[in-house]
Amino acid sequence: MENLVTRYRNVTILMVVLFAQVLGLAMQVRRSTQDESTRLIRVWAVDAITPFEKSIVWFQSGISNLWHNYFYLRGVRQQNRELKLEIERLRIEQVRLNEDAEQARRLQALLGFKEQFISKTLPAQVIGSSGSEQSRSIYIDKGSHDGVRPDMAVITADGIVGKVLRVFRTTSQVLLVNDQTSGVGAVLEKSRLQGVLRGTPLGEVVLEKVMSDEAVQPGEKVVTSGGDQIFPKGLAVGTVTKVSPGSELFLNIRVRPAADLSRLEEVLVITQQLEKEPALADGGLPMRAAEILAQRLPSVPDRPPDDPNSPPPPTSGLKIYSAPAIPSPATGAKPAGSAPTAANPKPHAAAGTPGNAASSTNPDGSSAQPVSPPKPHPPAAQPSDHATNTTFSQPQPASSKSASPPTPPSTPTPTTQEPPQ
Amino acid sequence: MPITYTSNEQIEVYRFSLPAAILIPLIALFLQAFIPLRFHFFSIFDLPLLVVIFFAVARRSPVAGLLTGAAIGLLQDSLTGHPLGLYGIAKTVVGYGASSLGVKLDVENAGSRFLVTLFFYVVHEIVYFTVARGLVGLTLQWSWSRELGSALANAFLAVILFALLDRFKQRT
Repeated sequence: MENLVTRYRNVTILMVVLFAQVLGLAMQVRRSTQDESTRLIRVWAVDAITPFEKSIVWFQSGISNLWHNYFYLRGVRQQNRELKLEIERLRIEQVRLNEDAEQARRLQALLGFKEQFISKTLPAQVIGSSGSEQSRSIYIDKGSHDGVRPDMAVITADGIVGKVLRVFRTTSQVLLVNDQTSGVGAVLEKSRLQGVLRGTPLGEVVLEKVMSDEAVQPGEKVVTSGGDQIFPKGLAVGTVTKVSPGSELFLNIRVRPAADLSRLEEVLVITQQLEKEPALADGGLPMRAAEILAQRLPSVPDRPPDDPNSPPPPTSGLKIYSAPAIPSPATGAKPAGSAPTAANPKPHAAAGTPGNAASSTNPDGSSAQPVSPPKPHPPAAQPSDHATNTTFSQPQPASSKSASPPTPPSTPTPTTQEPPQ
Repeated sequence: MPITYTSNEQIEVYRFSLPAAILIPLIALFLQAFIPLRFHFFSIFDLPLLVVIFFAVARRSPVAGLLTGAAIGLLQDSLTGHPLGLYGIAKTVVGYGASSLGVKLDVENAGSRFLVTLFFYVVHEIVYFTVARGLVGLTLQWSWSRELGSALANAFLAVILFALLDRFKQRT
């Protein structure tokens, strides 16, 4: 036996090394993909390679900046003039888009949608790749020290790039969307058909799980659906280039990524997302009828909610309970208190619904009576701009709230208006 | 250029200094990870594989060859998003095979280097695909035309690269 091993020493060592690697591979496959048992080897390799890459990228960008910012300035004046013209054009367009956006927010608020906002991003430079055609991933120069965590979305100005797969101290590995192990929730922009975006072994991107009886046209844009809990909703993914019948009942939709994944230099890591219901105006939160009335009727005394003997406030028509600490619907929280009031309506009239205040119920169970449509108001004082459609028959400009004396309680008559259809 | 058979007495065994033995594979890994960012076509090359073949045929020791292949392959694996061992296994086999071949054949000339690299590139890809599909479950697509094209490109590069790396050889 000993002679046999000695005679076949090389083959024996080969078998042992191969067996050890196959065993290790099988253990990794059996465990989850986020298995950290191989982290040490990966850290060694990344720490050995990435300093070279960082140095080269730093040197390269330094030279490039020096050249482009101090020497090669040909055509800059002309470009500056063109950019100024472009700014003017964009300003005009912005005004129109603001109007559209505001209308969209109002409609979203009506439907109680929640939006995901990118609240914080971290710019990062691409310093390396996996170096393999079978694994499409890149390395960026930001790691756990910079606040990067696994599963954070990585994007460019053009569209999505991928997600953070592994995080090291000063670098991170990003799995590109064209890797065959990646998956992104996506939706076709016009037809609103949802699918899963996957990479292929050849590095292409396809949209899967779209039924074959749906009509999808080449050229249609694809955006993120937000269903994967990684990418915020509505980010550009790419454009449909080819549609063909796929296996089983699904279409084979090929997508050209919006971001050029083969020429990535700088990316943004989305380090923080906020999910909230849309606000109706810039910086403003939806106001309820009671809030508006509380501002307009400073003389209305506060009434303890659990004091049944206190006299009712001197209002005509609608009885108002002062509720100074009303949380906005944007936070999703509801005010403390038990009795349904105008500020805290019945449970079925959930917070965040614009019609809450319009259908506000008095403590005695009677409903506010709807009256005639509102008259035009100055923009700053229009309660109808908010989620509540409560208006006043004698509105006051916003400036009068502080300058003019308090309005007598009986002067404004709160009215309600049906929400816009 | 014909491949000539050499007896064990005729062959020369080389060794490498420790810095060269460590830095050459690291530089190959670095270039393999960095250059495709700027020149995407470069990803068809496999510089770590070429280094494994070079060390294996120069040292002419199957054990050293397979261990070198395993180490470089595992390092290459650790830069990818896949489990460790795919490149490790493939390069272990290549390291062993190339060093075993180096004992039997004269692989010092350009023609033999070209053919050896061509052959072992295909072997490497077959082993990689087999393990990746059979053990890990990756859905890779084998294309003979693509693989042969990559093998030719790597073989051409190997002739140039091996000539450069010959400078680091030290006679035993």
